[in-house]
Amino acid sequence: MLAKRIIPCLDVRDGVVVKGVRFRDHQVVGDIVELARRYRDEGCDELVFYDITASSEQRMVSRDWVENVARILDVPFCVAGGIRSVEDASAVLQRGAEKISINSPALERPGLVSDLADRFGTQCVVVGIDSMVEDGALRVYQYTGDAEKSAWSGRDTLEWAREAVRRGAGEIVLNCMNRDGVKRGYDIEQLTAMREAVDVPLIASGGAGELHHFRDVFTHARVDGALAASVFHRQEIHVNELKRYLSECGIEVRP
Amino acid sequence: MSAATAPRVAIVDSGCANVASVAYAFERLRAEVVVTDQASVIESASHVVLPGVGTAQAFMANLRAADLTECVRRLRRPCLGICLGMQLMFGESEEGNTQALGLFPGRVKKLPGGRGITVPHMGWNQLAFDPAASALLEGVTPSDYAYFVHSYYVPASDLAVATTTHGVEITAVVSRDNFYGCQFHPERSAGTGATVLRNFLELS
Repeated sequence: MLAKRIIPCLDVRDGVVVKGVRFRDHQVVGDIVELARRYRDEGCDELVFYDITASSEQRMVSRDWVENVARILDVPFCVAGGIRSVEDASAVLQRGAEKISINSPALERPGLVSDLADRFGTQCVVVGIDSMVEDGALRVYQYTGDAEKSAWSGRDTLEWAREAVRRGAGEIVLNCMNRDGVKRGYDIEQLTAMREAVDVPLIASGGAGELHHFRDVFTHARVDGALAASVFHRQEIHVNELKRYLSECGIEVRP
Repeated sequence: MSAATAPRVAIVDSGCANVASVAYAFERLRAEVVVTDQASVIESASHVVLPGVGTAQAFMANLRAADLTECVRRLRRPCLGICLGMQLMFGESEEGNTQALGLFPGRVKKLPGGRGITVPHMGWNQLAFDPAASALLEGVTPSDYAYFVHSYYVPASDLAVATTTHGVEITAVVSRDNFYGCQFHPERSAGTGATVLRNFLELS
């Protein structure tokens, strides 16, 4: 059986790892390669690097650090941020990333998902969705890296996820914006709805604060992986400690 | 391994992305690595790797365009196919109805998926095998986890020296003569993967 994945997420801005609360007020938390090495040694199953400024400032993620990370990591990692074309994706994959994740550019041009899937295979293509619960609806936000530009894309979250999968997304990362950075737990209800909506691997994002939040999202929303940032960066939760806890709860994880 | 006998690994450049992570994994084991589409370089290497990201059609088309299919088939040195590289060592693939290298008999099929079984098969799954099944698995323990990412698979058969299960039983490791294959990505399978690659480098 597939083990549930624990995925620290490193938000990258100007070549350093940062973290903000609810997507705003970013603070520097550390060096990219140093943090990647620490998580590797703690037993993370995968890492995600999001260049949170890339889409909104219309620039490609700086690529040098991708190669530095690929040289030291012996677990998979995914790069997100400003990947707008097959060429952009190819450059990141050639530097050693396993997967690329696209978010705002896919909303601008959904055909990008199919183009990437045709060229690299669906298993390389992750679609990240920033979803906000508003007026009882699930709304896809775009340009969330920039507080000035962050706005509703006009799309419904579950509809967009289904379309992305039809177009070739091999994995969905659902970031529940209402929960991001506030540590009250993952949005089980929204993630369960997404689990019903798509058959590809689903990664939960936004809201992790306590050990039992991870247990709950795996048990109730049946997601494949759980992504978190600040609890790991601030060392409030260590990946190895979390995995021992999940294993004791009867959840399959890689030791 | 002494410097004098350091293996020279040729990674076959399929024109598809992501041979870098495989190259780095061998470099971490102090092997000399070259990424090439030249038959002469491949033939003179001590170890050859067929990496695996991309589609079956694109991979085989690029191998043919570079005139490498016969070169690979004639190899007598250890040759390791990874993921798609392993799949294309079999006879044919359902992915685009592609004729493959035919080093092993069998057909690559689409993963069926099903309730609770996501496709692609993406993540860490356990290896099942009889201890000492293959030199490639020395030091690896049955039930160790390896990292898989794929939508097509080779059904488990007598040729499989290790399997994994994701709705169906999947060939995880295969070997015959000097040809070896892993469906999982050893370059991204932490300590288990490093052990497999080190074992491969010790083959001659």
